Amino acid sequence: MRIKVKSRITVFILSFITYFIITQIGKFDWQELVVGIVISFITAIVAGDILIMEKRKFKFSRIFYTICYIVRLLWEIIKANFHVAYLVIHPNLPIKPGIVKIKTNLKTDAGLTMLANSITLTPGTMTVDINKEKGEMYIHWIDVKTTDVDEATEAIGGRFEKIIKEIFE
Amino acid sequence: MSNIIGYILICIGLAFDFFGVLGLVRLPDVYNRLQAATKCVTFGTAGILAGVFVMEGYSVMGLKPIICLIFILLTAPVSAHVISRAAHRAKIKLADETIVDKYEEDKELLDKEDN
Amino acid sequence: MRAFRWLIGFIVIVCFLIINFFVFDYKLIFKLMNIGLFSALLILIRVVFGPSPADRIVAVDILGILVVGICALIAVTFDQSFFIDIAMAWALQSFIATLALAKFLEGRQLDE
Repeated sequence: MRIKVKSRITVFILSFITYFIITQIGKFDWQELVVGIVISFITAIVAGDILIMEKRKFKFSRIFYTICYIVRLLWEIIKANFHVAYLVIHPNLPIKPGIVKIKTNLKTDAGLTMLANSITLTPGTMTVDINKEKGEMYIHWIDVKTTDVDEATEAIGGRFEKIIKEIFE
Repeated sequence: MSNIIGYILICIGLAFDFFGVLGLVRLPDVYNRLQAATKCVTFGTAGILAGVFVMEGYSVMGLKPIICLIFILLTAPVSAHVISRAAHRAKIKLADETIVDKYEEDKELLDKEDN
Repeated sequence: MRAFRWLIGFIVIVCFLIINFFVFDYKLIFKLMNIGLFSALLILIRVVFGPSPADRIVAVDILGILVVGICALIAVTFDQSFFIDIAMAWALQSFIATLALAKFLEGRQLDE
């Protein structure tokens, strides 16, 4: 019960900040402010209870790990883009695609989603499907180096799994 | 000065947009096209929006692109994942160069669990 | 054969870049916008000739993301902030359209 209330308050604040940035900057107007509060309230009542699902304690080290994660993710995205540009310009298309399977230890929905999104944005890999009960992910790899499950886990998921575990669990 | 930095960011973004679209045209099957296009076009559009933010500063036109950028970075991987999963379940074939397909081997098992 | 096709594409792109940047005399931002529009033209090739339905869905999804960038460039060019509103609405709409099309491709109905 209490988690749902917390989730609704978070949704209210986020949607009100978005509304404020879209309409209010540069010209301040009371009428639009009131309309924004009403609309954010309706949004929070109708669809607000699915943003936060698990109860977590606040830890100070989580902020530090989040900053590390963002820096690491930006670096990997830049590397991924140069990798794709090299592949596309090369006349012979040096690709060796395949779908491999990796294991993961994450349990929560938010952690799994962030791991899948990170894998999609990093060089040469893309998440195809997740099997949540067994903790397995199917990855499309544009340049397959190994088909073994453990080695592929080390090569693909090992970059992010520890740091996401610190943030989301 | 901020104008020059903004133009440089916009040029980088357009270059990566162009590479991504070239990958969409050249690569052999749906999954590879999806990889190249999603990564490069997302990064390129994010670069253009960041360039607009740098050029305009903290004003009406400067903060809207930031919302747009966050939204695109959150949703582009999700849509890539959804399309690839749907394409594999609709039995669209992989390219001839493909080495291994573990998902096809486990698919019977996954379908049973669904039903 | 593949090398020949690569050569043709390379010549076409180099000709486009030379004509775009050195022949006519526009402002720089219009030349940059031309590159975005040329990319959109290449995407339309994949929409028309895509061998499978999934290719067409991918192309439409990518076109949605690219149009957001082009809208931002137009907003800078004419100094009108409502073009960015159009870009935001387009991003939301194209994401939901992609989800619906993928569900349709998978063979399920839209209300499942």
